[in-house]
Amino acid sequence: MTTAPTTYAPTTSGGQRGVAVELTGLRRSYGPVRALDDLTLRLAPGELVALLGPSGCGKTTALRCLAGLEDPDGGRIEVDGKDLTRVPTNRRDLGMVFQAYSLFPHMTARQNVEFGLQLRRQPGERRRARAAAMLDLVGLSSQADRFAHQLSGGQQQRVALARALAIEPQVLLLDEPLSALDAKVRVQLRDEIRRIQLEVGTTTLFVTHDQEEALAVADRVGVMRSGRLEQIAAPQELYSRPVNDFVADFVGVTNRLPGHAHGHAAAVMDADVPLLSGSATSGAVTVLVRPEHLAVRPDAAGGAEVLSVSFLGAHARVVAQVTGGPKVFVQVPSRAVADFSPGQRVTVTPVGEPALAVAREEA
Amino acid sequence: MVPFFAYVTVFLLIPALVVVIGAFVSGGRPTLGNIRALGQPAVTSALWHSVVLSAVTAVVGAVLGAVLAYAVSTASPRGVLKRFLTSLCGVLAQFGGVTLAFAFLATFGATGFLTRALATVGVQSGGGLWLYEWDKGLMLVYLYFQVPLMLIVFLPAVEGLRPQWREATETLGGSTALYWRRVGGPILLPSFIGALLLLFTNAFSAYATAAALVSQGSPLLPLQIGGTFTSEVILGRENVGKAMALAMVVVVALVMTAYAVLDRRASRWLVR
Ligand SMILES: Nc1ncnc2c1ncn2[C@@H]1O[C@H](COP(=O)(O)OP(=O)(O)O)[C@@H](O)[C@H]1O
Ligand SMILES: [Mg+2]
Repeated sequence: MTTAPTTYAPTTSGGQRGVAVELTGLRRSYGPVRALDDLTLRLAPGELVALLGPSGCGKTTALRCLAGLEDPDGGRIEVDGKDLTRVPTNRRDLGMVFQAYSLFPHMTARQNVEFGLQLRRQPGERRRARAAAMLDLVGLSSQADRFAHQLSGGQQQRVALARALAIEPQVLLLDEPLSALDAKVRVQLRDEIRRIQLEVGTTTLFVTHDQEEALAVADRVGVMRSGRLEQIAAPQELYSRPVNDFVADFVGVTNRLPGHAHGHAAAVMDADVPLLSGSATSGAVTVLVRPEHLAVRPDAAGGAEVLSVSFLGAHARVVAQVTGGPKVFVQVPSRAVADFSPGQRVTVTPVGEPALAVAREEA
Repeated sequence: MVPFFAYVTVFLLIPALVVVIGAFVSGGRPTLGNIRALGQPAVTSALWHSVVLSAVTAVVGAVLGAVLAYAVSTASPRGVLKRFLTSLCGVLAQFGGVTLAFAFLATFGATGFLTRALATVGVQSGGGLWLYEWDKGLMLVYLYFQVPLMLIVFLPAVEGLRPQWREATETLGGSTALYWRRVGGPILLPSFIGALLLLFTNAFSAYATAAALVSQGSPLLPLQIGGTFTSEVILGRENVGKAMALAMVVVVALVMTAYAVLDRRASRWLVR
């Protein structure tokens, strides 16, 4: 089931200061719960890797082990070729951004950003200049003298990012830094985090349970389940070539269509769908087809009935019930919305993009 | 809101007015005599004793209580031990004084069982006279409600410290000691001082414990006030008592104002 990272993308980030990070065979249990079960993960210098997975799959534990805030039961942690497995957090040279409320409440934004520099005994002049530059980088120069309780949630996270980056850490760690924010700010700040990360070139591990967020910011996305890495790949590849149905289900929307595999293709809804490597090659299968890889057309004698049509801006979605089969989601161009209405008979067919098939247990 | 105002009127405003007006009245006429009577040595020394007793037990109680609060905060959040300790402290903070005064008397008092047991084997313990002195026994007994009160008042502040603050300090390169010095300590300071002030007023206005334990004279202000109301010797002294009560109200009001200021700051930092 588990697939070792096969592709190892050279960084597109172009940062000079980035260092490599290597987690090898990390294990960590809490009583009977295996939070990390032999996790191996490599980050190239300057790369932003997102760890994605459902709640409780071990993302935070992985990040905290890298930070030294949690001791792994076994395995190795290397940063820039140095073994840090037993090095305490305060000597690991990391920047960390937490989910929320991590700013020191008795300090202003500026003092928060300066704090790490003070600990490094930077002279006052340089320290202030650096803090000002960092606040500028996150667009908060004008709020420098505010306390955390005078800042919005999004602004607090920006200051937290500035504070983490001020010390020029070797690695930047973000644990669901956006999940406490509302949707609009979330999208805005996530793009900004990516812009800043590309600018400073720091190797970054970004933990999230939001697949859209992961796909949007990362060079590569690692999908975790039960303490293990299921697949790690560039967003595009993860989406179009998932290695198993867990990944396919978790990343993007997927239709689960019954079919019959014969070699490298499967018969699905009267069409042949080429199968991705790793698919089941014979017998009854479930084929995982993306909504944009299905076509729908009005057809009075069609085998499906439209349940609903929703306009989503750039495109639209038709939900149809296949007679005696599953409910399917089909993506259509938004100008096609007028062609469909609930109750209408339609025909749905795969367009023939490669898909993953998994063996189906006969009911 | 109406029940609240009714309550405040009956139990706070009316008594306060009685005290304030009474302090400036004697024999039905306005006077400053009651206030001047506050200058009597018996009153000034009682005030001094009250301040010293309250300050010492507040500081010692706050330090011990804060350490205890920290220890309790590290226990598992919904554990039995923690719930038991906080409930126990709730009771002790209210009734600890008198109960303990009685326990002390029954043990070390002139006729206490330990005193008598020692006497039967020929040891004269002095009848536990130290127990009845305001700056020895009373201080000790006061601590038995000050420490629990501190625990109750200060525990929420300690538990308001977010683990992220400590972890952020560590990732930025700070040690545990540095965390307490630069982050945890300063964040808790307003709450600590505020709680200390609360302990001060708590001891300053305590009556029952002192009354239970002190039988010789009235070395503390609350006892002096009580004396003016019960004494049959000097009639018309009760308005001097009201003047003394007014002095207490002023002290408590000043301290509580400082408390309110600190508490506002602390709550901005700690509650979210
Ligand atoms: N301190 C802890 N004590 C007990 N169990 C824990 C602790 N931290 C994490 N776990 C368990 O380990 C698993 C992984 O947790 P976590 O890494 O926080 O997941 P995620 O961040 O992916 O939601 C979960 O089942 C969680 O309940
Ligand atoms: Mg988590």
